[in-house]
Amino acid sequence: MDLQDYFSLVFSDYTLRTITLGTAILGAVTGMLGSFAVLRKQSLLGDAISHAALPGIAIAFLITGAKESNILLLGALISGLIGTFWIRGIITKTHLKSDTALGLILSVFFGFGMLLLTFIQKQPNANQAGLDKYLFGQAATLVESDVWLMTIVTSICLVVMLLFWKEFKLLLFDADYTKTLGFNTKFIDILITSFIVLAIVLGLQTVGVVLMSAMLLAPAAAARQWTNKLSVMVFLAALFGAFSGVFGTAISASQNNLSTGPVIVLVAGVFVIISFIFSPSRGLLFKQIRVIKNRRDLHLHKTLSFMYRIAETHENISHPHAIKILNNFHGYTRGTLQKLVDKNYVTIDGTMWSLTEEGFKTAANLYNQLTKQNE
Amino acid sequence: MSKIAVKVDDLTVAYNYKPVLWDIDLEIPEGVLMAIVGPNGAGKSTLIKSILGILNPIAGSITIYGKSYAKQRSLVAYVPQKGSVDWDFPTTALDVVMMGTYGGLGWIKRPGQKEKKAALEALEKVGMLPFKNRQISQLSGGQQQRIFLARALVQDASIYFMDEPFQGVDATTEIAIINILKELRKASKTVVVVHHDLQTVPEYFDWVTFLNVKKIATGPVKDIFNDDNLTKTYGINYKVSIQK
Ligand SMILES: Nc1ncnc2c1ncn2[C@@H]1O[C@H](COP(=O)(O)OP(=O)(O)OP(=O)(O)O)[C@@H](O)[C@H]1O
Ligand SMILES: [Mg+2]
Repeated sequence: MDLQDYFSLVFSDYTLRTITLGTAILGAVTGMLGSFAVLRKQSLLGDAISHAALPGIAIAFLITGAKESNILLLGALISGLIGTFWIRGIITKTHLKSDTALGLILSVFFGFGMLLLTFIQKQPNANQAGLDKYLFGQAATLVESDVWLMTIVTSICLVVMLLFWKEFKLLLFDADYTKTLGFNTKFIDILITSFIVLAIVLGLQTVGVVLMSAMLLAPAAAARQWTNKLSVMVFLAALFGAFSGVFGTAISASQNNLSTGPVIVLVAGVFVIISFIFSPSRGLLFKQIRVIKNRRDLHLHKTLSFMYRIAETHENISHPHAIKILNNFHGYTRGTLQKLVDKNYVTIDGTMWSLTEEGFKTAANLYNQLTKQNE
Repeated sequence: MSKIAVKVDDLTVAYNYKPVLWDIDLEIPEGVLMAIVGPNGAGKSTLIKSILGILNPIAGSITIYGKSYAKQRSLVAYVPQKGSVDWDFPTTALDVVMMGTYGGLGWIKRPGQKEKKAALEALEKVGMLPFKNRQISQLSGGQQQRIFLARALVQDASIYFMDEPFQGVDATTEIAIINILKELRKASKTVVVVHHDLQTVPEYFDWVTFLNVKKIATGPVKDIFNDDNLTKTYGINYKVSIQK
């Protein structure tokens, strides 16, 4: 199957449609919530939560013996929440920095989860096959009920976000100030964090413990490059996330046996790279172009003002001067002279140059203009 | 003596084990323009944050016009230290100033035309109206400071707490800000300002509090702004550096 087949099949084939819808919704909700995590500088939080969820899956299996995804995800949710509250506890009760607390919970919970997984695998009669899909995810196992669950959670998340938009924004920008205005910052914080935990847990089946945090961070980081408005950023992050889901699924479905989770994450990564290079205001490319252009302009202006100072000393501003005397000035090149001619600031006659009326005026205003731009 | 706007009793605050504020008693009379001075790490920001309920003190009580902060918060506005937020946050100057109206709106309710109008007026007052749609990271340090001031002005409070509003601003902005503060006092508001430039204290303020973990002194500038208190607070002899 190639990509074209995929896109013609996606509307008719039930399994493909389910998986595509699932990954798209997942990408949208994680992208949306990821914006909050990124802006709070809690990039590691998603990683810690997803790793903290692993022992919950194992324990849920050990207790119930069931492999039904909803039960296992409930276990993941509980241990993810426990991990999150321990992180908060460690940060508030000790002097440890937040990244230390996050790293600590991440490794301890993940280590414990792996231990349980190996223990389960050693059991002679266990039908453990399939539990390890939560490590790297397996989108192919998504069924309609999973997609419904994702849809419901995403809708609730959307409603809550719209309802508390003002409070979320305030907390993200200035938490102390939020407190002085009388808002319960703990409540807002728990609300945001709970949704992040929920979204991560929903994604474990598809993307897996190890790569889940990328789903949270990549679309948000990419979106931040394109806008200076929070609402647009959240919207773009959701869009990028959804597209990563769809394209990732498409690519992995059309290239046999490529596992979906990593491909989705790679597609999200491509969004990040493109955004970091090509975004008009923050991208590396345009920044570099602007730097080069600014330098050129500066050279041009410097040459012009040098000429201005020479021309100033004469009654007639368009009095011709030898090009040779420009050599005393370091920024000068043939190229800059030609550009000044192109702009109609200077005329050249053989080996002599003279300022035009327009060039004289521009040079006189140069300083004023430059200071105005910097304001 | 006039009414007491803020009263602090036996306040002790610690982040870890070592107290950063020890047994502070402080009364701020209504309508004064008060400077809080003290060296770096003296606990000036901590004192303001405790009064505003951002921090939980270990001991002591704080009242605003005789009642707890939680009951009186609509009377109080806050200008945090500029470095306390990330200015790369995706939002505009106007949007930040609008945040000053959120407290009055309460949960869920969105700001409308009335709030926008108030925010624009505050921007006008601090001379930042032309920058209202500017992304905040593209403002200079002094302009960001004025945005924070405007956000507090929008709160339309009776008591203003400002943490180093003159930090990193040029002479013109400093004069613009001090004029706003003096206007606030004229409207019989109480203004408490953490201030680092000792030279300008007598010129700008009428009351002063010396703080260095403990409260060294508090009172009218003309009575207590002297070498003795400065030396006690800063630990070095100030006779040379301050000429009155
Ligand atoms: N979040 C914190 N956790 C631990 N210690 C802190 C924290 N904030 C401040 N401190 C400590 O408390 C003391 C007082 O800090 P504070 O910020 O109140 O000082 P300040 O007088 O405002 O100083 P500055 O003039 O530098 O702003 C300092 O020793 C500081 O190291
Ligand atoms: Mg301070």
